[in-house]
Amino acid sequence: MKVRIKFSKTGCMKFIGHLDVMRYFQKAIRRCGLDVSYSQGYNPHQLISFAAPLGVGLTSDGEYMDMQLESSLSSAEAIAKLNSVMNDEIRVKSYVALEENSKNAMSIVAAADYCISIKDGYDFPDQYEQKFDEFLTQKSIIVTKKTKKSEKEIDIRPYIYQFAYTAEQFAAKTGNVVEETVAEQYKNGKKIYMQITTGSVVNIKPELILEAFSKYAGIVYEPFAYQIHRQEVYADLHADPKDSPEEYGKNRELVTLESFGKVL
Amino acid sequence: MRKLALSDEILMTVEKPARYIGNEINMVRKKLEEIDVRFCMCFPDVYEIGMSHLGIQILYEMLNQRADTYCERAYSPWPDLDKILREKQIPLFALETQDPIKDFDFLGITLQYEMCYTNILQVLDLSQIPIYAKDRTEKDPIVIGGGPCSYNPEPIADFFDIFYIGEGETVYYQLLDLYKECKAAGMSREAFLKRAAQEVEGIYVPQFYQVTYQADGTISKFEPAYPEIPKTIKKQVQMDLKNTFYPEKPLVPYIKVTQDRVVLEIQRGCIRGCRFCQAGMLYRPIRPRDITFLKDRAKKMLENTGHEEISLSSLSSSDYKELPELVYYLIDTFREQGVNISLPSLRIDAFALDVMSKVQDVKKSSLTFAPEAGSQRLRDVINKGLTEEVILKGAMDAFQSGWNRVKLYFMLGLPTETLEDIEGIAVLSDKIAREYYTIPKSERNGKVSIVSSTSFFVPKPFTPFQWTRMNTSEEFLEKQRFLNGKMKEQLNQKSIKYNWHEAELTQLEGVLARGDRKLSKVIYDAYQAGCIFDSWSEYFHYDRWMDAFEKNGIDPLFYTAREREKEEYFPWDFIDIGVTKDFLWREYQKGQAEEITANCRQKCAGCGAMIFGGGVCFEGKN
Ligand code: SF4
Repeated sequence: MKVRIKFSKTGCMKFIGHLDVMRYFQKAIRRCGLDVSYSQGYNPHQLISFAAPLGVGLTSDGEYMDMQLESSLSSAEAIAKLNSVMNDEIRVKSYVALEENSKNAMSIVAAADYCISIKDGYDFPDQYEQKFDEFLTQKSIIVTKKTKKSEKEIDIRPYIYQFAYTAEQFAAKTGNVVEETVAEQYKNGKKIYMQITTGSVVNIKPELILEAFSKYAGIVYEPFAYQIHRQEVYADLHADPKDSPEEYGKNRELVTLESFGKVL
Repeated sequence: MRKLALSDEILMTVEKPARYIGNEINMVRKKLEEIDVRFCMCFPDVYEIGMSHLGIQILYEMLNQRADTYCERAYSPWPDLDKILREKQIPLFALETQDPIKDFDFLGITLQYEMCYTNILQVLDLSQIPIYAKDRTEKDPIVIGGGPCSYNPEPIADFFDIFYIGEGETVYYQLLDLYKECKAAGMSREAFLKRAAQEVEGIYVPQFYQVTYQADGTISKFEPAYPEIPKTIKKQVQMDLKNTFYPEKPLVPYIKVTQDRVVLEIQRGCIRGCRFCQAGMLYRPIRPRDITFLKDRAKKMLENTGHEEISLSSLSSSDYKELPELVYYLIDTFREQGVNISLPSLRIDAFALDVMSKVQDVKKSSLTFAPEAGSQRLRDVINKGLTEEVILKGAMDAFQSGWNRVKLYFMLGLPTETLEDIEGIAVLSDKIAREYYTIPKSERNGKVSIVSSTSFFVPKPFTPFQWTRMNTSEEFLEKQRFLNGKMKEQLNQKSIKYNWHEAELTQLEGVLARGDRKLSKVIYDAYQAGCIFDSWSEYFHYDRWMDAFEKNGIDPLFYTAREREKEEYFPWDFIDIGVTKDFLWREYQKGQAEEITANCRQKCAGCGAMIFGGGVCFEGKN
């Protein structure tokens, strides 16, 4: 059977890269004796996969992992069991069963919510909200996107779906209330919330937007000035893999990855 | 939230920040208010290597069992962080509490190989602890060294307050009790060191000993400065390994480390008596662990770590009598749960082939042989009881079961070695390939692949070859070239790959291995010239080392390319490892006469280790 878990990541665990988090889970699953399925062969591995890799340095309230299991406990029991063998900076928040034929999380990721905090000790304009509003009223925001193979110009404006400056405002816009967050809090209280495209068709990183904004606002972009925190990851019910990047997400209907499953 | 010693900015700048954050699964947490002794255990190499070391895991759990002691860990910061710590004057910290090591009571440094010596200085320096023991004050931690290289601690004697000679399980508790007592009584550092040297067996405090040299550079006298200080230091051994302390909850790192698995030490010591092997002499007599104990620990450690692999550790696993029972137990119990059993190198026989085929993909795995020398004559000199017949038969049996890859390990520069012996390496490699091709083509599994590797022989203290002359770099390279040429002449040369080592690193290892106190200054100067991570070829600067030797007027060849007299007093002779110098000399003579010595189970050779009163020396005698 297939299950999907949602977990948070914070504190010094933000320095643990994606592949190592995968290894961390593999070992945690063994420690707590979850009845996970293994591949065949001399080096059997657990059938687990992540939704969207989280960059080193980022924290999150909404990471997802799918697992293939032979048998399952109730959701509450499984959560308790997993958390009993984990450190306090990666915690399982939910555990839901998926339909057997459901697509894996990685293939359906379409968007993500981020909360970006300005770290203390860095300069950031006091009226940044106004500036950011202005920045986003532009019809297009052209940036150079570097990948391993190439560099290309793209317009990122269409991929910024929502934005706000407080948790309440943002929840009202996205319809998604974050009850409890593990995001670090800073004294200056300056934050930007954004919902942006993520996933395999188009992937926009929050850093790219911050860099473009810095340029627009005439400030120096300092990568270490921001603590980026992912709040939630969504799938798009109307996503069509055949959509061109330009069409992608135009008719979106976003639902959380968690909503595909049922509590056991 | 846990505080970290390094800022986000630094951690995001350096490679693999997980090396510095601690918080691993099974990390021990304690309340500092309840602690009397803060101990930092350091492995002076990069985290991934240090975290793979079983000895530290044992000591970590053992020391933390004491309610009054908190043992934390530190490793050498990689050069990228090293630079930042220096620039920003951030003191090196322990991973658990992230507190500066300079505030601890003890800094324990494990000495696993000579090439980490400059890293010891790096750790001290970055910790802002004076590098020389004589410069330390009451507020500095007691710096204590242990591990294999402490059996000749002299080259680094000036940097340590204490060396602990022996296996860690034995007198650490006594030492800590004494420390607490002295601390409570407000005694000075020096007073504590004196009492430790006097009262605790196996404790060597170098500053209480004076060395005088003869005109030729050899030692004339090595004497304690006070009459109460012992003249010889007795190696401490844990005789009851059957049920002694062994970790149940090893640390589980976040990043992939060299040994990303559960390690089960099945026995300590070796019965074989290979004459080049230091471990084989140091850890005598062989002491097997109890199989029921091992089964129980295997289960607990797998459960507590979640590791997907378990490996067995010992010097010669085939000599563990219950090996088949243990291995089949591991396979039957844990294979189902997706646990890989990583086999130690085994003598190739029916049992080995059976378990190998069960746990490895025959097509992808290799057979391993370590003949060490290319001819039977030279194998007799070194007392390596592996014959060509056994190798060829083992290889053939494996070939018939589907294997087609073989790895062979040899040494160049062994005592009495001739060109013929060296050529023997190429010939033996070829013979194994020929053996393979006697199998009819239809039954073969493609081509055979032979990988032969040579390392350079370094004579080590406390071995029968401690008197012997080591080859120079030029001789090594010449031999390597010669062998490479001979490899090319073989019929199956296309199936044979020849791997070799760097000669310069080996030279330095040779100097440090049999070095004396005069070398402390050389190591210091090499470190000041920027040498760290010497065992990493990209950071090894031979020229800087040579400058350091020259600056101190020391000829490295004095330590390597010199045959020693029988009577010479060696820098390590004040240590009593149980095995006697007489025995070692006898073995050296027998080796030169090409005579072999039976192993401990065949016939006791009277090495002296019987004095410990247990292990193989008394097997079947009660
Ligand atoms: S005393 Fe004899 S049996 Fe014991 S370790 Fe030495 S040689 Fe082996």
